[in-house]
Amino acid sequence: MNENPETASTPDTKSNLDTKSAPDTANTPDTANTPDTARTAGLSSWQCAILFSENERVSMTHGGGGKLSQRLVDEIFFPAMENSILHRKLDAALLDCPNGTIAMTTDSYVVTPRFFPGGNIAKLSVYGTINDLAVSGATPIAISAAWILEEGLLLSELKQLAEEMGAAAREVGVAVVTGDTKVVDRGRGDGCYITTTGIGIVPPGRNIGLNRICAGDAILMSGTIGDHGMAIMAARGGLPISTAIVSDCAPLHELIASLVRAGIRIHAMRDPTRGGISSALNELANAVRLGFVIEESCVPIAPLVRSACEMLGIDPWTVANEGKFLLFVPMAESERALKVLQNHPLGQSAAIVGRVVQDHPGIVVGKTPYGTQRVVVMPTGDSLPRIC
Amino acid sequence: MKHLQEYRDGDIADSIARSIHESTTRSWSIMEVCGGQTHSIMRYGIDQLIPKSIQLIHGPGCPVCVTPIETIDRAHAIAQQPKVILCTYGDMLRVPGSRGSLSGLKTQGCDVRTIYSPLQACQIARDNPNRSVVLFAIGFETTAPANAMAIKIAKTEKLKNFSVLVSHVLVPPAIEMIASDPTCRVDAFLAAGHVCAVTGYEAYHRLAETYRIPIVVTGFEPVDLLEGIRLAVLQLEKGQAFVENAYQRTVAAEGNPTAQGVLKEVFQVTDREWRGIGTILSSGYTLSEAFRDFDAEVRFPLEWKPVECTNCRAGDVLRGLLKPNQCAEFGKGCTPDSPLGAPMVSHEGACAAYYQFSQLSPKMNASR
Repeated sequence: MNENPETASTPDTKSNLDTKSAPDTANTPDTANTPDTARTAGLSSWQCAILFSENERVSMTHGGGGKLSQRLVDEIFFPAMENSILHRKLDAALLDCPNGTIAMTTDSYVVTPRFFPGGNIAKLSVYGTINDLAVSGATPIAISAAWILEEGLLLSELKQLAEEMGAAAREVGVAVVTGDTKVVDRGRGDGCYITTTGIGIVPPGRNIGLNRICAGDAILMSGTIGDHGMAIMAARGGLPISTAIVSDCAPLHELIASLVRAGIRIHAMRDPTRGGISSALNELANAVRLGFVIEESCVPIAPLVRSACEMLGIDPWTVANEGKFLLFVPMAESERALKVLQNHPLGQSAAIVGRVVQDHPGIVVGKTPYGTQRVVVMPTGDSLPRIC
Repeated sequence: MKHLQEYRDGDIADSIARSIHESTTRSWSIMEVCGGQTHSIMRYGIDQLIPKSIQLIHGPGCPVCVTPIETIDRAHAIAQQPKVILCTYGDMLRVPGSRGSLSGLKTQGCDVRTIYSPLQACQIARDNPNRSVVLFAIGFETTAPANAMAIKIAKTEKLKNFSVLVSHVLVPPAIEMIASDPTCRVDAFLAAGHVCAVTGYEAYHRLAETYRIPIVVTGFEPVDLLEGIRLAVLQLEKGQAFVENAYQRTVAAEGNPTAQGVLKEVFQVTDREWRGIGTILSSGYTLSEAFRDFDAEVRFPLEWKPVECTNCRAGDVLRGLLKPNQCAEFGKGCTPDSPLGAPMVSHEGACAAYYQFSQLSPKMNASR
């Protein structure tokens, strides 16, 4: 995994490709945004002059650690992720940290299709990790990206994905400071998998965590549920319906920062991704050994998502979200928190959906519009459509 | 969807519930036949809106619950054959056979695919001419017409690599089996609305008269279910027993003649085993002579011995003779994570529904 900068212009016999090191462009910052060609001395220069062609695909050689590996770095990843820390090309990125507690998270992304309405795997891999940091109360500092590519992936698509990742990172103001690439044989992957790891800083004095959830807290949902999961399901083409549902894939750090700036006493947050809010609420209720009561009619669901779920016999509460979070605050602050959320573009459809109670510890109860109640169960696995 | 909201309206539901309370003077047991109705009852807490003296009994109308273990094992065995793609509806995946569930087979490398429409199975067959595509055709009269269409298409297109494992069951014979049982505790039936949308409800008049039991064709939304219960209670309180249609926006007395035509062409009626209940005469479909070539049981003549868990009393639960929590295995050897019988599998299964509610504290049960 470790490489020295000087290996950049000589064939590397190692079986893996490590994008952490790359041709030294630190002294030639003016070329940073373009593939470095003329400046690279020696026999390799004429090769690098040829940008990959439109139909070129990832081959095992791209993972061989040699010149082709370097081209991936030079022509695809570096221009897309451009930042000064990456360009120091150290084995490990060195980051200056302000005071506070370090938060660290990691997540792998294997979504198919790689491009879907509202996002793509690369964007998702940045936002997802940023969101895990943000709901932990951390301010994101940097992320790493490890790409596993299947032999045969079009380089043009890889370039597009790398650019999407770079753009998403710039959008959230966080650099991709280190990375890695591996190529696996055709048939042994699914085009492209991405693992991102993120670190952030929880400033001194910020106290957000599950241990702060207590009876009497209000539970807020930052927006509509089920958009991402239903968009993916529709995009997979396995559905006998076509929909205009768009994934909610979005970074939440700004929305959460607005709550902090407003001085809201945040007790805890959770982004309900896989398994939807049913899973997230059950996990939390079980962890804190308190009961949750959710007013079902208050949970925001977009009409299109509701219709698609209805047609397919899928419970929207169990469907994944990628740009939403559950928020626990003292009841007295709930209205104010709601206003702050609703004033942000990503929180417009936010709602107060429930409360934390001493009763029925570990159990999530849904209150129906009829004044009845049901147990909201932890989904067993994938949402399976019912036939009856 | 906007149209649907009327049938979920809280005020309308409330006024029907009040009317039921006013009409009820005695204890009644009403069986909702269809699993979809059970699902709505649990989902919306309909049982909490009606008088405590009315007991809702969850009927045998959950197709995955009544699919015999022998058929699931057969699907299992077929899916393990080389080059087979087994296509199934999603909620069948987790139902335990004697050798595990179909989802377990996926982990062993078998090609088991979830479909939303049987026509997808035809497409998979077209796309994979070198594979053998088997459609696991389960369900009541509701799913049967679509499965029949897929089989017709396969025949028209001469899709030689397409076959069906048929395990269709029919509702009226099951209602008759329950009604005719001397130990029957059911005072009235809520007939399955969507089944009647296909078959109509002419066949129910004889049952209502013979067994002196009210049958109300009922839908699936809260307002539909409450209206079905209300009409059933009114008949019971007046000592009447006839067929009524509380789901007129969907169901016509004669049903859907086009769907019936396709069913008649592709299938013929046969005796069927119902899981936990036993064989019911003339209670299912098998392929008709003209379509026998597409029968997966003929294409894959496999033999094995299924083993049913003897402690599971799902059959008694499905017939309304036993409450799930009265079963010795309930919550001990049998939980939603590791179900012994089908009613513990899906959330609307009677046993799973009871299990979820049993987790609530007694205090909360009292407060409702």
